[in-house]
Amino acid sequence: MSLDLTAICIRNTAGKALFAPLTLRVPPGEVVTVMGPSGVGKSTLLDGIGGHLSHGFHLTGTVMLNDQDVTHTPAEARRIGVVFQDALLFPHLSVGDNLAFGLPQHLKGRDPRRAAVDAALDQAGLDGLYSRDPATLSGGQRARAALMRSLLAEPLALLLDEPFAKLDAALRDDIRQFTFAHVHQRAIPTLMVTHDPADADAASGEVIQLTTL
Amino acid sequence: MKLTLLAVLALTATPVLADWQQTLDAARGQTVYWNAWGGDERTNAFIAWVGEQTAAKYGVTIEQVKLTDTAEAVTRVVSEKAAGQDQGGSVDLIWINGPNFLAMKAQGLLHGPFVADLPNSQYLDLSPTSAASVDFTTPVEGMESPWRLAKFVFTYDSARVKEPPMTMADFPAWAAAHPGRFTHPDPSNFMGATFLKQALIELAPDPVVLQSPATDASFAAATAPLWAWYDALRPNLWHQGATFPENQSAQQQLLNDGEVDMSMSFDPASTAAAIGQGLLPATARVFVPDGGSIGNISYVAIPYNAAHAAGAEVVANFLLDPATQAHMQDIEVLGSYSVLDDSKLDDAAIADFAALPTAPALPSLADLGPTLLEPDASWMTRLTAEWARRYTK
Amino acid sequence: MSHDGRNLRGMVLGVVSFGLIAPILLGLWQTATAAFGILPALGHQTPTLAPWAMLADLPGFATSLRMTLVTGLGSTLLALLLATGFCATVHARLPPGSARLLTPFLAVPHAAMAVGLAFLLAPSGWIARAMAPLAGWMTPPDIATVNDDWGVALTIGLLVKELPFLLLVILSALSQIPVARQMAAGRALGYGRGVVWVKIIMPQVWPLVRLPVWVTLAYALSAVDMAIILGPSNPPTLAVAIMRWFFDPDPQMILPASAGAILQATLVAAGVTLLYIAERVAAPIGRWWLRRGGRGLSTEPGLWLATAASVLLMAAGLIAMLSLVTWSLSWRWTFPDLLPASWSLKPWAAHSGDWTRALNRTLILALTTTCLSLVLAMAWLEGEDRARRGRAAWAEALIYLPLLIPQIGFLYGLNVVFLRLGLGGSLTAVIWAQTLFVFPYVMITLSDPWRALDPRITATAAALGAGPTRRLIAVKLPILLRPILTAAAIGVAVSVAQYLPTLFMGAGRIATLTTEAVALSSGSDRRVTGVYATLQAALPFAAYFVAFAIPAMLHRNRRALSGASHA
Repeated sequence: MSLDLTAICIRNTAGKALFAPLTLRVPPGEVVTVMGPSGVGKSTLLDGIGGHLSHGFHLTGTVMLNDQDVTHTPAEARRIGVVFQDALLFPHLSVGDNLAFGLPQHLKGRDPRRAAVDAALDQAGLDGLYSRDPATLSGGQRARAALMRSLLAEPLALLLDEPFAKLDAALRDDIRQFTFAHVHQRAIPTLMVTHDPADADAASGEVIQLTTL
Repeated sequence: MKLTLLAVLALTATPVLADWQQTLDAARGQTVYWNAWGGDERTNAFIAWVGEQTAAKYGVTIEQVKLTDTAEAVTRVVSEKAAGQDQGGSVDLIWINGPNFLAMKAQGLLHGPFVADLPNSQYLDLSPTSAASVDFTTPVEGMESPWRLAKFVFTYDSARVKEPPMTMADFPAWAAAHPGRFTHPDPSNFMGATFLKQALIELAPDPVVLQSPATDASFAAATAPLWAWYDALRPNLWHQGATFPENQSAQQQLLNDGEVDMSMSFDPASTAAAIGQGLLPATARVFVPDGGSIGNISYVAIPYNAAHAAGAEVVANFLLDPATQAHMQDIEVLGSYSVLDDSKLDDAAIADFAALPTAPALPSLADLGPTLLEPDASWMTRLTAEWARRYTK
Repeated sequence: MSHDGRNLRGMVLGVVSFGLIAPILLGLWQTATAAFGILPALGHQTPTLAPWAMLADLPGFATSLRMTLVTGLGSTLLALLLATGFCATVHARLPPGSARLLTPFLAVPHAAMAVGLAFLLAPSGWIARAMAPLAGWMTPPDIATVNDDWGVALTIGLLVKELPFLLLVILSALSQIPVARQMAAGRALGYGRGVVWVKIIMPQVWPLVRLPVWVTLAYALSAVDMAIILGPSNPPTLAVAIMRWFFDPDPQMILPASAGAILQATLVAAGVTLLYIAERVAAPIGRWWLRRGGRGLSTEPGLWLATAASVLLMAAGLIAMLSLVTWSLSWRWTFPDLLPASWSLKPWAAHSGDWTRALNRTLILALTTTCLSLVLAMAWLEGEDRARRGRAAWAEALIYLPLLIPQIGFLYGLNVVFLRLGLGGSLTAVIWAQTLFVFPYVMITLSDPWRALDPRITATAAALGAGPTRRLIAVKLPILLRPILTAAAIGVAVSVAQYLPTLFMGAGRIATLTTEAVALSSGSDRRVTGVYATLQAALPFAAYFVAFAIPAMLHRNRRALSGASHA
């Protein structure tokens, strides 16, 4: 499993490229960090890789996932997970139903699906919180739930968009360890965008500096 | 020329519904959209009752389309004709008379003649000069069927008014003595126009001219005293004669609220009925000026493109049934006087009418005085227009 | 990017253009040809200016025109002034969510409000009854306080409905501006509260409320139901006069009526242009005034006056509503009694058959038009989402078009079009005509909350493997349940309030609570009018209640959605 970016470049509505073409290989289980000044287009890069670009932005280059070209595949078919800094749990679903949302189709039957979610809740230290309102979780709980939700979908790659920025310092380290441990364990190629050099250090992977043209 | 031609075409295009049984068969299961002014709850209730009866007896249901002005129904037929919808029109039956009838008849917008086909027309006096044969001097010619008699009366609150004016000429003096306590409906409304006509008949130098179409000269001569009279009356009207109630119902509401002391109606029984419904004080009474008041007949007509002409004829016929007319004349029901010719009724029917209940505010036929003939329809049109020209600034 | 999105957008655009915009333009065109003398049904084939000459010659035409301008422009400008003053005074003190208190005023249809106000203000009304013992009145005073020649009652009626609407619009615009901080900054520089408001806050608010103000003006200039009940009668305002001419027994009157209808549309266009020019002229003058740096006189008295007037108007609205219910429960209630001498349920019982039928029809119309409008609005917004793009100015203009063209301007023509299609007088025609006005309101209400939904939520769902349909049904719609139901409630309120479209397109055969209430308002039995007006007002209330109760119930365990923390 690996995520390969070749000559990726994103142009805005005016046709201007946001950053120099980017070529990059993310090996399985490794976390590559993308850093750069505000406004350089780090989040837009993740949007491009995940298939979430807004109208007017245009991506050139190729996104390969396990040697398959997914550049023009719709987002829902790419199997590239995303975790944002706000966790963004669906507010209308319980914590457990949030996790169950991304469970793959091949996992059949009520009980096995429920068991998979319960196991994930367990691993995230959220046992017994299946029916909780996500709005009542603490920041750390929410971050862990969001990660587990992405992982349950069995992604072939993971994108982290400043995933720890909103957590307070004490918690940040804890969640970092939790996140990276799961990524390593499942051998998922992971691309992380961050402002925080400590994130890059903890990821202990390659660090790319994105610069404006 | 063109219009007459159209009228002829419309007539010949209409299937002749001469055989009554055929009409009854065709009518069964039809819903008749009866377009009728909806401002009077008792009339609405009576129409609903008629619908129940015709549904039970003939399988014809009635849906009352409540109009604020009969002209709305005329416009609808005109716009249907404009759009080329010569069949399946939305209006089946219209409560109509006067200018609206004249307008529809002249433009060939009516179905008929059909009155002679109705079995119950045997109870009508259809001789050429009878009240049921001439509508505002326009010959009916079987194009509309009578259903209720209307007679112009004033209503006053006897607790506040001891001596109502007894002639139309007395009104300015009465109003001057009681400023702001009298008004009349807007003359663009039927009742407001009738108030002016009632005065015109009394004040015109030669009332005979009113029975022929008005000319510029005859109109000017006949109405000169009327305008002088009105100029004297108007400053002492409710709200200084600057605004007028929209129709007689609105004015009855004003009488009930105590804003004015008098109201007027085309239904001599309406006052007694309104007292019973809590819509007028128990002291309300009816009076008619010395010399009598205008009377006319309300008709129903069927548009040329009516979707349910057969059903409409069945309803028109049912309205002429002596039992229906007696029920209608009942003060508890509608209190409208019968349009039938007494001399053509059998004894049982006459007894039905004689047995109807009475009430303190219900005038006797003698109280109502003689019936004055409606002026030619052209007078009303001109009167309304001239009033608007003079007093709508 | 997405073909799916493109097809959806194409379909929505087609439905909106051919279903909503084309009928309006066709109706306008039909009316315009009649205005220039072409009416083949009556044998008029050649274009002529005669209808305009006829129009100018009709008695009271000039007065009607003047009354329309005075009440329409006057009420809108006054409402704007009062709303601004009210917001400037109380905005800082309002607890969050208090805008919801305005809902009753928005929910009550114009006709019901007018019926209630007519009783409140009439010489024999509640105000006069309260004053009678002091003034020694045994009979009502002979003063025209309703249907007055100056249009005061109509202006008050329009104000009672427009003021809460503009308040809501301004308050929601203010929520997008850091008012408190800017106010603090302005006052620290020595400017008074009112001056900061005029110089700093309003210039930011205006672009956000410009369109709603235009809609208000268009409505005020062409209101029919309210003008029939409260407006002058001899002559009435132009819109009412035009309606009467259209329904005149003499069909030739359709010609000047059509000319009047086109004039009415022109008046609205001119009114909107006037506002636009005023805005353009005010900008440089405002900048000059701003640069002069004058701290200005104290505006406090003006602000408090505006606040007092606003409160008074809303109190009048509430009491008017109360009077409807009271009348519907009375038997004998004569001047100068403050309360009925005898109470009774008879007004309700005696006409239960009639009002249930009208209620059912009104409900059917409201539910159908609201569902159609909601589906169309959601398809439109989803199309924008799938294309991941915003709305072009021309598309926004399409939405507002039906609200800016006066109804009387195109309903006659539209009726002719519908008759040609064989839809005359049918329920379908009424549903179609009402949807022209329900859709814009539903669309406008739903747009902001829909677009406020964090796009990363949908991106998250996509990343979890959910396709466009699942994203819509399993994520967006449940999260947006509350705004969707609110938009539906507004749709119901708009549908219930429709008078002219129901009357014209239904050929009078589709009797709704509104057409009945207006017809009965000139009848003899105020108790029955009270029944219809009460029901008419109750229906939108029920819709708002449902819109509030369903999310509260379904999301009772979802703090972020239950409305408890609603901003």
